[in-house]
Amino acid sequence: MPSNPDLLKLIFGRLSLDSFPYHEPILVVTFIGVVLGGLAVLGAITYFGKWTYLWQEWITSVDHKKIGVMYIILGLIMLLRGFSDALMMRAQQAMAFGDSQGFLPPHHYDQVFTAHGVIMIFFAAMPFVTGLMNFVVPLQIGARDVSFPYLNNFSFWMTAAGAIIIMISLFVGEFAKTGWLAYPPLSDISHSPGVGVDYYIWGLQIAGLGTLLSGVNLIATIVKMRAPGMSMMKMPVFTWTALCTNVLIVAAFPVLTAVLVLLSLDRYVGTHFFTNDMGGNVMMYINLIWIWGHPEVYILILPCFGVFSEIVATFCGKRLFGYSSMVYATVVITILSYLVWLHHFFTMGSGASVNSFFGITTMIISIPTGAKMFNWLFTMYKGRIRFEVPMLWTIGFMLTFVIGGMTGVLLAVPPADFVLHNSLFLIAHFHNVIIGGVVFGVFAGITYWFPKAFGFKLDPFWGKMSFWFWFIGFYFAFMPLYVLGLMGVTRRLNHFDDPSLQIWFVIAAFGAVLIACGIGSFVIQLVVSVMRRDKLRDETGDPWHGRTLEWSTSSPPPEYNYAFTPVVYDHDAWWDMKQRGFVRPTEGFKSIHMPKGTGTGAIIAALAVALGFGMVWHMWWLAILAFVGMIAVAIGHSFNYDRDFHIPAEEVIETEEARTKLLAKQA
Amino acid sequence: MTSHATEHSHGHDGHDHGHGETEGHGSFKGYMTGFILSVILTAIPFWLVMADVLSSPTATALAVMLLAVVQIVVHMVYFLHMNSKSEGGWTMLALIFTIVIVAIAISGSLWVMYHLNTNMMPAMTEGMMKTMP
Repeated sequence: MPSNPDLLKLIFGRLSLDSFPYHEPILVVTFIGVVLGGLAVLGAITYFGKWTYLWQEWITSVDHKKIGVMYIILGLIMLLRGFSDALMMRAQQAMAFGDSQGFLPPHHYDQVFTAHGVIMIFFAAMPFVTGLMNFVVPLQIGARDVSFPYLNNFSFWMTAAGAIIIMISLFVGEFAKTGWLAYPPLSDISHSPGVGVDYYIWGLQIAGLGTLLSGVNLIATIVKMRAPGMSMMKMPVFTWTALCTNVLIVAAFPVLTAVLVLLSLDRYVGTHFFTNDMGGNVMMYINLIWIWGHPEVYILILPCFGVFSEIVATFCGKRLFGYSSMVYATVVITILSYLVWLHHFFTMGSGASVNSFFGITTMIISIPTGAKMFNWLFTMYKGRIRFEVPMLWTIGFMLTFVIGGMTGVLLAVPPADFVLHNSLFLIAHFHNVIIGGVVFGVFAGITYWFPKAFGFKLDPFWGKMSFWFWFIGFYFAFMPLYVLGLMGVTRRLNHFDDPSLQIWFVIAAFGAVLIACGIGSFVIQLVVSVMRRDKLRDETGDPWHGRTLEWSTSSPPPEYNYAFTPVVYDHDAWWDMKQRGFVRPTEGFKSIHMPKGTGTGAIIAALAVALGFGMVWHMWWLAILAFVGMIAVAIGHSFNYDRDFHIPAEEVIETEEARTKLLAKQA
Repeated sequence: MTSHATEHSHGHDGHDHGHGETEGHGSFKGYMTGFILSVILTAIPFWLVMADVLSSPTATALAVMLLAVVQIVVHMVYFLHMNSKSEGGWTMLALIFTIVIVAIAISGSLWVMYHLNTNMMPAMTEGMMKTMP
């Protein structure tokens, strides 16, 4: 039976024993590590009998707080994966000089840098910011959940499904060797005949669907579910940035989806959208993918600007300086982010008029961003600054991001870009803004809202260790790349001939080790904080003396967030309530209407993994079955009318009385 | 979803947001008008192409695209019930934003691609063909 090649091809498509990289020692060791670690986790869950808990309380949960936490856990796991790729690249570049070829052969190195970019942007940074928005936004606007709770769960699992598809590529087959945006002609079928680009396409398409739907969901939530009295100009700044980010998501992600569909058609059915034959045009791909790609970087940074705004106001004990200018700056950045995409390919040859238009629009973006920077500075001016860990991240951000912004303006000058394009200077620039902006922002946000999510603060000592390692490590890792870039070293090389460059790469590798210590400190911080949780406990619900509504409820908030919908009179609503001597109501509780959890999202996402896997390996039967299954489960779910329940008044009273006692103990 | 379900099926839940439920979901007359307009707007381009009415193909293509845009508006008004007041103006705002973004993306792409094609993909001349390796 197995001797029939046609039958084998029908069942397994392109998959054969040779697809498994058992001859690559690095991958085999990683695989063994993953299997052992996975077995340990699964074993522990079984041993402690937590499967039912996990299924009922997390996997099927439609609670925005739990979904937010799951997004952040996904982001952390993928950050570790993406960072191990980074360490491998830094080690390779530090040693591959002259006769030494390093330890990564080119075909492996190419996969590593592609995977690093794809994972860090799509599966670390995106889940981080989506997670923060999911957790914080409904609390900040005084809502009990998002507009479409089931859709939220589905979005998360689709994002996770995309991540799983990318992770499968590590051990089954290969990943793309094309760089993180998979430019044709390299990514078309004649130049990349393997499965790598297909893994890339399906991973991104499935996760992209989740991202888009979560964008729709949060827009509807912010527009429709604000507490009474909270007009647009009384919304917390983080909610404003979340709104703008999700508008960007909804406007930009369909472009990515369409471009990847066209690329898939080229690869699967032989169309010629992005080939050089039959009227195709490779440059159109680069044009279209950057129409998505540039808004994408603002999708990542805007929520982090929101995080910093909340943190600066809280830890300086002052109202945010220039609230309305902050809002307008955010909106202006949202619009301008659609007018600059060509600066990613100045060197493709558009000519002077086009290049100067896009160069100027790019420089203009630095104006609203600069306005934000001054707003934060003026908020700090004469403020009582408390240098707690979130504030440290914020100051680290302000110093680092300004440098990244200035090198960005430098790159926006087309003639300068012709010299620096594709050099390590560019790499240093975008890591400068993404690490200095997004990563610092996410860690600041996690530290800031952690007590709200879990009821205890993160250990400050290890938080400071993490910050200083990241901060100093960043400068060691990327400042040498600016130098190398100015000397003309291009990106994505896995071997160098000029030995005089080596010292800079060694310094950069040392920086990467410091960052590894920063990540390690963060993990230790989590463990230490869980162990010392009784000491770090937050019983007030307002551990930082906060200003926005989320600090008015308990930590962690009850499932229903607010027993009574708060009424808002001012921005910084909770601060205003505290100033006016707000008294928490202790009676008159009613039963609360809530959405019910469902496993549909997780099941459809699991089928989506099968669909992606089938499409990657040309197992058409699997793809068809999985697709039909997804449609069937979705239709089946539409007949499920058992979608809500009421938390009985007694339970609400019990929860609220426990909090009343806890608060009385404080006073 | 939840807030709607709340308002319709469980009237006792207190916090009504008072938003645009007044819009209604269209009438038979509205749907028929939309349908007939759409049929007409589909038939005209079909006729333009099949009967070769206009002199140049470019003019035909432009006419077809123009009618397509008109049809989009018909769909939005009669089937999606959009007007400047629905949902407290949010649909209008979203529409304007969409138009701005789509206009930027399309006109920008046309502009950029025109330049790229002119500079980077010049048409081959006879002379170049002969000297090709």
